[in-house]
Amino acid sequence: MQLLAQVSSETDLYVAQNIFFAVIAGTMIYAAFRVVTTANVVHAALWLVVVLAGVAVQFLFLGAEFVAVTQVLVYIGAVIVLFLFGVMLTRASMGDDETVAGEKRAMAAIVGVLLFAVMAVALVDSFEDTRVDIDGPQGVVEVSDAIFSQYIVPFEAVSVLLLAALIGAIVVARKD
Amino acid sequence: MTDVAILGELAYWQQTGIRVGVGLAAVLLVAGTLVYVHLFKLVSFMQSRLGPMEAGPFGSLQLLAEVGKFLQKEDIFPRKADRFVFAAAPFVVLMSTFLLVVVVPGGPDAWFINSELGIYLAMAVSSVSVIGILMAGWGSASKYSLLGGLRATGQLIAYELPLILAVMGVVIQAETMNMQGIVQAQADGEIFGWGGIGNPYILTQFVAFVIFMIAMQAELTQTPFDMPIAESELVTGYMTEYSGMRFLLFFIGEFATAGVFSAIASVLFLGGWWAPIPGLGFDDNVWNLLGPLVLVTKVVVLTFIIFWARFSLPRFREDQLQQLAWKVLIPLSLANIVVTAVLKIVF
Repeated sequence: MQLLAQVSSETDLYVAQNIFFAVIAGTMIYAAFRVVTTANVVHAALWLVVVLAGVAVQFLFLGAEFVAVTQVLVYIGAVIVLFLFGVMLTRASMGDDETVAGEKRAMAAIVGVLLFAVMAVALVDSFEDTRVDIDGPQGVVEVSDAIFSQYIVPFEAVSVLLLAALIGAIVVARKD
Repeated sequence: MTDVAILGELAYWQQTGIRVGVGLAAVLLVAGTLVYVHLFKLVSFMQSRLGPMEAGPFGSLQLLAEVGKFLQKEDIFPRKADRFVFAAAPFVVLMSTFLLVVVVPGGPDAWFINSELGIYLAMAVSSVSVIGILMAGWGSASKYSLLGGLRATGQLIAYELPLILAVMGVVIQAETMNMQGIVQAQADGEIFGWGGIGNPYILTQFVAFVIFMIAMQAELTQTPFDMPIAESELVTGYMTEYSGMRFLLFFIGEFATAGVFSAIASVLFLGGWWAPIPGLGFDDNVWNLLGPLVLVTKVVVLTFIIFWARFSLPRFREDQLQQLAWKVLIPLSLANIVVTAVLKIVF
């Protein structure tokens, strides 16, 4: 049993998946533009929820259930909540805040376009026309086996990095 | 629920239709039962008052009367409110509840989804409701709502950690995150070689059970953890500006979530839909009919504990609440994980 319906593997053209991919990708692009164009900080955070939820669904299309659920738990359930919490504690004005979209907009647009170009070139260059066969969801067992054997060193490095960040945050936040 | 046994032969849209229908029934019927049995009757007895008894036999139609009352009320928007955010917030909270129901199995074949991720998925979707509460708190453009929303968020973040860490003990012992697998592990379990009642994890994971119940009480913002809606300080917190239908949605969400969390707790610690009845195998078809009833019985018992605590304990202070979570429950649940993991390897 998987979280998303899958058409029979006899054809290699997944019609339903392709249509929904396009619908969700379109929604994500629209929401992403709204994140950076809206003048209301809380609205921006809520549009970001739409983008991140879209990412979770795209992971489901790729059969990566564990990653999709982690995306929801970490990004929507924790990161966005912290965003909103911080915004509401500090500047929870109801209307539009004109200082949000200042004159730095052009600069940000250039950085965004450049970042997109670099990532697009890197992806196209490294994968070209490789087809990834997805037969069914990726099991939790396979994911954990991979993490704790093949990728144990990067995994431990990431956990040490996160711990360091955590301690650093406490040190910065403590005044005494 | 018997329909679910033949799901394999139905088309995808038919399966989805049945799942949506049964899911709606599971949320609304359970919420209604809890409101009637616990809120109307039990609490009335505990507080020496009569409770509803005019509408229908033993006041059983009171629930319909209440719903009718809320539906008739005007749907008021505060003038400065952010209309869309304000209007959408109750639906975000209720959506998280509906998605939670989906992971709870009711029998060997009576499930909505039988995902390998099970309990992990439940923890992920339950964390989404915080966004709905923040939306309600901010969108209302009221200082009471905003304070209530912020308090709720601080509390929900703090108690989500012990909740998830308590679940880890069960997952380690059952060796799976699949809810069905956790039920089966308890049904097949043995207590020192005696398999008469299986091995409900409330025995081996009692510490985790207590932590889970306390954290659940806080996640549901029930007294003694009801600072977010503290009526003597914040009117009703993030729900202050809501009226009519949208208030009803929050209300249903509150009780339905209590029911669903209790169902998850009974799957994790009390053996879920399985009960030790001699002569019945784990995969017997009769469980598809009997299982949901067994599960609901366990849910009623667990929610009884929730409402018992709710109506007999005074409210914590905000700093006491945070201290309980970070200084007591989280270290305790971490210790429980270590002990469980060590014992799992030793035995």
